Amino acid sequence: MTPAFITTAPPTAPHAITANSVSTVMLTVAAALLPATLYGFWLYGWPSIFLWLITVLAALFGEALCLKLAGRQALPALFDGSALLTGWLLAISLPPWSPWWIGLLGGLFATILAKQVFGGLGYNLFNPAMVARVFLLISFPVQMTIWIAPLPITAATAPGFHDGLLILLHGIPKLDAVASASLLGFAKTELSRGIDLVHSLVAATAPANAFSGVRAGSLGETATILIAGGGLALLFLRIISWHIPVAMLVGIALPATIANSIDPARYLDATSHLLSGGAMLGAFFIATDYVTSPNTKAGQLVFGAGCGFLTYVIRTWGGYPEGVAFAVLLMNALTPVIDRYIRPRILGRNWRGAPLDPATQKVKS
Amino acid sequence: MGLIEKFLHKLATPNWGVHPDDHKRPAADAPLRILPLPARLYVPLQQHVGQPGRPIVLVGQKVLKGELIAEAQGNISAPIHAPTSGTVVAIGEITAPHPSGLPFASIAIEPDGDERAVELPIPADPFALAPAEITRLVAAAGVVGLGGATFPSAVKLALGKRSEVTTLIVNGGECEPYLSCDDRVMRDFAAAVIDGVRLMMHAMGAGKALVGIEDNKPEAIVAMRKAAAPFPEIKIRPVPARYPMGSDRQLIQTLTGKEVPSDCRAADIGVLVNNVSTANAVHRAIRLGEPLIRRIVTLSGGAIWQPGNILAPIGTLVSDLLTFAGLKSEPARLLMGGPMMGAVLPHANVPIVKGTAGILAFNEEEIITPEAGPCIRCGNCTRACPIGLLPLEMAANIRADNLSAAEAFGLSDCIACGCCAYICPSHIPLVQYFTHAKGELSAQSRSRLRNEATKRLARERAERLEREVIEKAAAAAKRKAERAAQKAAAKAAEEVAT
Repeated sequence: MTPAFITTAPPTAPHAITANSVSTVMLTVAAALLPATLYGFWLYGWPSIFLWLITVLAALFGEALCLKLAGRQALPALFDGSALLTGWLLAISLPPWSPWWIGLLGGLFATILAKQVFGGLGYNLFNPAMVARVFLLISFPVQMTIWIAPLPITAATAPGFHDGLLILLHGIPKLDAVASASLLGFAKTELSRGIDLVHSLVAATAPANAFSGVRAGSLGETATILIAGGGLALLFLRIISWHIPVAMLVGIALPATIANSIDPARYLDATSHLLSGGAMLGAFFIATDYVTSPNTKAGQLVFGAGCGFLTYVIRTWGGYPEGVAFAVLLMNALTPVIDRYIRPRILGRNWRGAPLDPATQKVKS
Repeated sequence: MGLIEKFLHKLATPNWGVHPDDHKRPAADAPLRILPLPARLYVPLQQHVGQPGRPIVLVGQKVLKGELIAEAQGNISAPIHAPTSGTVVAIGEITAPHPSGLPFASIAIEPDGDERAVELPIPADPFALAPAEITRLVAAAGVVGLGGATFPSAVKLALGKRSEVTTLIVNGGECEPYLSCDDRVMRDFAAAVIDGVRLMMHAMGAGKALVGIEDNKPEAIVAMRKAAAPFPEIKIRPVPARYPMGSDRQLIQTLTGKEVPSDCRAADIGVLVNNVSTANAVHRAIRLGEPLIRRIVTLSGGAIWQPGNILAPIGTLVSDLLTFAGLKSEPARLLMGGPMMGAVLPHANVPIVKGTAGILAFNEEEIITPEAGPCIRCGNCTRACPIGLLPLEMAANIRADNLSAAEAFGLSDCIACGCCAYICPSHIPLVQYFTHAKGELSAQSRSRLRNEATKRLARERAERLEREVIEKAAAAAKRKAERAAQKAAAKAAEEVAT
């Protein structure tokens, strides 16, 4: 009979272990998110800081509550950094001036229903932050699509600490004055009004591509360069591998390029797609979530390409202007299938698992 | 290393394995020391893979250095020789160098200090001998694989000859952290190692030899290159320092590009791996007539005062070695072998055996084992596995007691190198899961075989009984018919008579 779980390790080999740990991984990812997040705070001011805070705290509270109910020690699991990261990713994927209860509900939903109900860290099938985001988007479509034009915290018209708190608690006064459209949303609306991209994108009201991140969008997803920089840092530190991000970005860019070259009046170009919405954040920080992505390099390429392609399909032909969260969740559901069919080759065996022929040692048969 | 060298090194580094801190120095750089004769030696009968040796000495008997004290029994076995001259004081049990702390049989010898050795004939030119004769001499000297597997070398040489092996791979990888006994052998006895390599090539009929040495041992590479210079058939090949480079399949792949099929032995693809220390032992056996009675043992770890390599007779107690090297603090954990695959010793009163490459005495700081957490599927274990397995999937199935699914993921190909458990950020004791499952599966297959054998016997008995009943009936019918025929004949004769 196999013991359910080997808890105390009797001293057997290996007697050396890596200095790496789960909390190191999680906190490194959080650190890589920090520049983009701080930039988001600067762009969107006090309301966004409060929103971030309440979302992260709600996620942590949800995690602690479940651990308590499950009779497990809350502290070690709470400090592994995974709930912090879940709350953080959710917060920066929300519209920056969302009301307090959006952050609260989302944070609780992410850790309680999308993670702990499955058994906690490592057992969830879907990315908790994206489950919570999609739950919020479907339940509260109005609040989840109010985009704010960047209003740097240092600007005279930006809400201060007190006003920021009021926006969080009572909603946005004079919404029309601050609201803005995202490029994807704008393009979709104009197309549905019968105005093609050739005409709509040259209009003065059209949102421009912005490498600088000064555009309407979620709290932390607009600063493309800072997000890509954080992602590259994770690549360099070998926290993530290149397979998912590259496959996902190619998965978006390739169909976008093809469709755009066929009919530029109907289809946005690849650059706009890559610089819009959550493409970068999704590719480097969300789709790369270990728990919900395949565990082989080849599988990760398939997964990333699927995330990218589905994002493009949803953005272009779906009902929503943005599709990263939906695409990632759909591919999360496919991860067990990918892992079942794409496996590494075992040394001395061919791809089908049969031993190699000693005479030729040929891998293909 | 310069930038370009670093880049080239990175290119050559295989995409499997791990790179733990090697901790080889200062032990590797300390000159070899010779252990003074201990007060008593406990020479175990089981120091190799296969059947244990059978003692042929009596308690009280005087023995000479190198004298046979236990002979090999069975096809796979190795004889045991007296490490020094002295008196056999006991033949009994001593704690085995195994975590279980169970006893095993050994011959205790009290050295007389004279070191009188048996006189053995030494062939003038071993290369004039038939290959089989070399193999016989190696067998008689009790040489076993010193890389850790302790497989009797003569059996391996005979297999190599039979399989027409063309390339001898010599393993100077020594990829385990801390250990440096092979490094020391190559630095101090390079000529002997090369001679041993040539003798093994002769015994197997192999045309060339490739010596793989990890590039973290530059001194050994230089020494071996110098010693091998006159022999173009022996090539010294530096290999990237990457654990488990010293594992035979990995070394073969790195040096020859060949992959050993999973159900085959290396000999089936024309190569065979032997350790550098084994080559040295072969040299001593043939050229000096000295059986395998001593070896170089690395003493290292945070609790050791003077880390280094010590030449010690087989059967020396670990406690004697620790006393000689000196202890800084009470060892928190004693290991035989390296930290990646070595075994915990129950205590220091266990003898070293032919396969003991090192004794590590770790202090408290070196043995911190964080608690295991949940698997976050990071896939580090998959990238580290030198076999290409999915340790996370196997462990998940073993946890669910689904051993056949773990087997389908390739559990039987696992070499227990420990890369996965080393690299796991959740510190999951993966190797333990696999060892447990392998044990459980082998127990299951044994009991299945036993059941099948019982069923077969029962079936055969039932058939036999049935057959006997039929045969009895047939015999009875036959007798009846014969009697009836006799009666009829008698009757007929009577009738004729009347």
